[in-house]
Amino acid sequence: MSLRLGVPSKGRLQEETIAWFADRGVALERTGGAREYAGAVRGMADVSLVLLSAAEIPRELAAGRLHLAVTGQDIVREEMPHWRDLLVEIVPMGFGNADLVVAVPAFWVDVLDLSDLDAAAAEFRAFHGHRLRIATKYRHLVREFFRAHGVADYLIVDSQGATEATVRNLTAEAVADITSTGDTLRDNHLRVLDDGLILQSQATLFGTRAAPWAPAQIAALCELTRRLGVDPPDWLTPPQ
Amino acid sequence: MVAGAAQIQGAQFARRAAEVERILAILGDGRAIRVEPAALQPAGILLDLYGEDLRDRAFVIGDGGAELMLRPDFTVPIVRLHMARVQDLGQTASDAAYVYCGPVWRRQPAGSERATEYLQAGLEMFGGADPAAADAEVLARIAMAIGDAPVDLVTGDMGLVLAAIDALPTTLARKAALRRHVWRPGRFQTLLHCFSDRHSTVSAARAELVAAVRERRVAQLIDAAGAPVGLRGSAEVAARADHVATEAATAPLAADAVAGMEAILAVAGEATHALTRFEALAASMPGLEPAVSRFRARLDAISARGIDPARLRFEASFGRTTLEYYDGFVFGAVPRGRPDLPPIASGGRYDALAKALGPGSVLPAVGGIIRPEALMAIAGHG
Repeated sequence: MSLRLGVPSKGRLQEETIAWFADRGVALERTGGAREYAGAVRGMADVSLVLLSAAEIPRELAAGRLHLAVTGQDIVREEMPHWRDLLVEIVPMGFGNADLVVAVPAFWVDVLDLSDLDAAAAEFRAFHGHRLRIATKYRHLVREFFRAHGVADYLIVDSQGATEATVRNLTAEAVADITSTGDTLRDNHLRVLDDGLILQSQATLFGTRAAPWAPAQIAALCELTRRLGVDPPDWLTPPQ
Repeated sequence: MVAGAAQIQGAQFARRAAEVERILAILGDGRAIRVEPAALQPAGILLDLYGEDLRDRAFVIGDGGAELMLRPDFTVPIVRLHMARVQDLGQTASDAAYVYCGPVWRRQPAGSERATEYLQAGLEMFGGADPAAADAEVLARIAMAIGDAPVDLVTGDMGLVLAAIDALPTTLARKAALRRHVWRPGRFQTLLHCFSDRHSTVSAARAELVAAVRERRVAQLIDAAGAPVGLRGSAEVAARADHVATEAATAPLAADAVAGMEAILAVAGEATHALTRFEALAASMPGLEPAVSRFRARLDAISARGIDPARLRFEASFGRTTLEYYDGFVFGAVPRGRPDLPPIASGGRYDALAKALGPGSVLPAVGGIIRPEALMAIAGHG
C-alpha cells in the first residue's frame, strides 16, 4: 500500500499547495481526467495523491485513511480538540493564513474587549430575556476561548457560511469567524475585539499515527520529507 | 471504573433494586412522593439556564425545530414537575418532598473512563419555613443512606460566599460581576484584582468613550462608529457606556476588603472551627452577620440530627466548580482514598434556580443525590 497524501481538491488552497510542493522540487499531478480526484507525485511511485475537500481531511487523518494531508490548523483544532494525541504538524506552509476572531457590531462603542463582551452579554440577557448569540462554525474553539477568558452569558448559533451576515439578519448578535484582511467584517459593520484573536491559522502538512505505517510507507515518508527539506515526525523510526 | 447502568446483568438486578429501595426508603422517610420525570427534557430551558458549558457535557438530540436533551441531572426536571403539580393542585402542594431514582446521561471527554450513563437516587424538598432544618434533614438522610461506607462528607456554603460579595464596600455593578463569576474561581480572582488595582491604565478607545459620556456626546460617538446592525440597540450601548464611565470613576476596592474576601474563601476545616472563623471575620464585615447566623442555625440543626459539626468538614470554596446553581448549603460525599472515583453523593440548596424556572413564585429548594452503583462498589457489594 502506498503512502497516501491528501490535498485540497479545489480553489486557492489547492493551487498554493501545488506551488509550495513544486517550489521544493516535488511535482503533484492529477492523474486521469480533469474531474478525477486522484493523483500522483512525480518520481515517487509509492505515494498516491488523494484530492478531497479541506473540511474532510481531519476525519480522514483521524481514521488513518490518509498518512499525510494539507489542511488548515483551524479545521483540525475545531474538529479534533485532542488532535495532538493522533496528529503531528510536520511543517506549517506559510499560506492559507487566516485569523479566527471574535467580532461585534462596530457601533458597540462600549464593547472593546472580552470583559466588555461578558458584561454586555449579562445586561443583554437581563434586558431581552435570552442569551446573547454568537454565530460561528467553530463551536469548540469559541467555547474553549470564552471559558478561558471568562465570557459567560452567551449561546452559540451554528453558522456554516456567510457568518458576517447573521447580525444584520438578526440570527446572532456577534460572530466568531475566519478573516484575513478584515474587509468582509468591516463591510458588514463589524469590528474585531482588542483581545478577540482566538487562533492564527495557516495551511499545514499534518501526519497521523492512525494510518498503517509499514516500513515501505515509513521509507516513502522519509524520502518525501527529505525532498521537502523538513524533519519526519519523531514518533516514526526511519528504516536503517 | 464504575459500571454504568447498561452493563448490569443477572443476579445484580435484584441486588441493585433492593439497594435502590433501601436508599429511597431512608431518603423519603414515609413522607416523600416518588416521581419519575421525563428522561428527555427541552434543551432550550437547560441551555439557557446553564449556558454553553452544558453542551459539552450533555447529549442533545435534534428534533426538527426544538432540541431535546437527555437529562444530565434531576434538578431541573423535578422543579418543572413540582411547578406543574402546584399549578394543578394549588398552593397547598407548594410544600413538598420528592424521591426518585433513574439514569442520568453525561458526555465524557474522549478516552475518559467515567460512565456516560449512571443511576442517581435522590431527594428534593420544596417550600417549608425553616431552611436550616431542611438543609440538615437532606444531609442527615443522605448520610444515613450511605451508612458506614468509607466516605468523607464535605460541606460548603455558597450563600455565605455570595453574602460576602454583597458586603464588599463597592458598587452594585462590581458586586453583580463578582456574583456572576463566583463559579469560575480564575475569573473571580482576576476581577477582584482588577477592581482593586490602583495602577490600571485604560486604552485610548476606552478613555475616549469615558470622555464622550462625561461630555454627553455618546450618541454622536455611536453614530460615527458604524451602522446600527443587529438586535442590541443604541440605547443599550449608551446605557452600558454610562456603566463603563462609572466603573472607570469608581475608587479601587480597598486592599483589606480584598483580603477579607480571600480570607473567607480560604476558610477550611471542621465546621465548628469555620463558624468561629466566620464570626471573627464578620466583626470587620458587619454585612456578613445574617449569613453567619444562618450558618450557625444550620450547624445547630445538623447537630440535632445526630451529625457532629466538630467532625464535619467545611470548605468555603466547595461547590464553586459544579453546575452553577447552588446558592446556599452544599455538600458532597467523597470515597475515602479513592480519588479516581466520582463523589458518591452530592447536593445543596438552589433557591435562585428554582425561582428562575418559576418566576413570581418563591420556591425554596434543597436536595441531594446518591449514586447507588458507586455506593455498592465501595461498600463491597458491587
